[in-house]
Amino acid sequence: MTRRDARAFWLFVGPFLLGLAVFAYLPIGWSAYLSFFDARNTVTPTEFVGLGNYGHMLTDEPFLSSLGTFSVFAVFIVPLTFVLSLALALGVNQLRFARAFFRSVFFLPFACSYVVASLIWKTSLFSGVRYGLANTVLSVFGVDPVAWTGTVHPPLYWVVLVTARLWLQLGFYMILFIAALQRIPVQLYEAAWLDGAKPGWPVFRHITLPQLRATAVAVLLLNLINAYQAFDEFYNIMGDARGYPPFARPPLVYLYYTSLGSGGQDLGRGSAGAVILALLIALVTVLQGRVLRFGRAA
Amino acid sequence: MAAVLFLLPFYLLLRNGLASRADLTSPQWTFFPSTVHWENLSRLFSLSDVPFARSLLNSLLVATLQTAGLLVICSLAGYGLARIPYRHSRVVFYAVLATLMIPTSVTFVPSFVVVSSLGWLSDFRGLVIPGLFSAFSVFLFRQYFLDFPRELEEAGRVDGLSRWGVFWRIVVPNAKGFFAAIAVITVIGSWNAFLWPLIIAQSPDSWTVQVALSGLLTAQNPQLNLLFLAAAVSILPIVLLFAFLQRYLVRGVAESGLGGS
Repeated sequence: MTRRDARAFWLFVGPFLLGLAVFAYLPIGWSAYLSFFDARNTVTPTEFVGLGNYGHMLTDEPFLSSLGTFSVFAVFIVPLTFVLSLALALGVNQLRFARAFFRSVFFLPFACSYVVASLIWKTSLFSGVRYGLANTVLSVFGVDPVAWTGTVHPPLYWVVLVTARLWLQLGFYMILFIAALQRIPVQLYEAAWLDGAKPGWPVFRHITLPQLRATAVAVLLLNLINAYQAFDEFYNIMGDARGYPPFARPPLVYLYYTSLGSGGQDLGRGSAGAVILALLIALVTVLQGRVLRFGRAA
Repeated sequence: MAAVLFLLPFYLLLRNGLASRADLTSPQWTFFPSTVHWENLSRLFSLSDVPFARSLLNSLLVATLQTAGLLVICSLAGYGLARIPYRHSRVVFYAVLATLMIPTSVTFVPSFVVVSSLGWLSDFRGLVIPGLFSAFSVFLFRQYFLDFPRELEEAGRVDGLSRWGVFWRIVVPNAKGFFAAIAVITVIGSWNAFLWPLIIAQSPDSWTVQVALSGLLTAQNPQLNLLFLAAAVSILPIVLLFAFLQRYLVRGVAESGLGGS
């Protein structure tokens, strides 16, 4: 290493690091700082309140229920995405013709925004009125129109939220699985065939699945992180001009309303909530890393 | 069968966008609107409360600037981390990785605080600049450059190029496909971004197309047919880009190192 190398290093990496410092480290530090202060309607702290904001958030019913909402969402979306995207990948991979066409069809929704999907889901597919598509289909079977997003018992709004996300993201995970499937050496299958293994479940169980391990872990992890970040479709499907219903608020939606939304504008409490979430995520990541032994490659 | 289900929402966008209001709310479902209302398009662009054309232009500008800037800044950083021998390069790399672990849900409030302190609310700088520093893109570029053939670079050094010269004259032209992949991913992400523009673009003049759509959607008594048409128009550029560059995108996703092994 020479001085020239050091200079070149900072020339190449410096601009990025500067940006990272201003738009990642500084905000995180500021947030941690703000979380100990009263900061209502202002970005500058006014009064030191110690752990007050934390105490408030940890006993705040809506905040805790937002964690519950996220958990329910994750329980639906993570396994469904995993199984369905793997099934799509296996299906598309087996096609003899039009493979690229089908791959494109399933991948295309990835180009759409959650806002657009929310619009279609909320006002056309699952609109609660008679002419909504889902209700039209149901009426063929003599079922009365269902108020999809407004029905809490049973919580039918999950059908809307979960299917919207599935449509948008299945194609992306399918591509990851297809890439992994194509990397499995053909010899493995040939050897299995010579050993008398029947194509079908046993081969899938003992050859395909173990070879997909790394991808499977990545898919689960990404999926969980993305579910935790859910905002766009919740905000647009559940909210309207009258506000947001008290249920189906994931943490991000709740924090948005607490810190920036029309109601609270309480940046101190919002920051405390953000710090609590960061700690939770860190804990889950560490535990998950332990369980799945992820991160060896990094 | 599954393919039909996946295409159904696209069909709904067009069907509903070109229908009359009466058609949309008719209790009898029809596959095609009774008449196709092309004039919805001109009505959409002359809405008074939502500057739709302006929002399209804003999104176009934000996506272009953000993608161009990100490609330069992140490819340089990725290359530096992959190739330049420097004592602290590992530390820097881990510092970058650490920010990947912190989700946006945690940083959006403080980032808003920083951007508003800079006076960048409802301003292109606030929409574009924070998005230039993507740790994830740096990570992908680094992984890619680690596998880049060294012989090519050494040939350049022998010819008397500096590191800077090697990067711009040899590495970039030979990595066009990967740059294209990151560009498509960035354009899509930038065009479809919602939460950040929602909190930064507070005046309607600075709305991006997603914020405008959301405004129409969550308004009282939205004009549904225009809303669907607006959504159809909003996905058109992305779907076209996607169709032409899908090759790169698929390869980029597949090569992104997410596949493991």
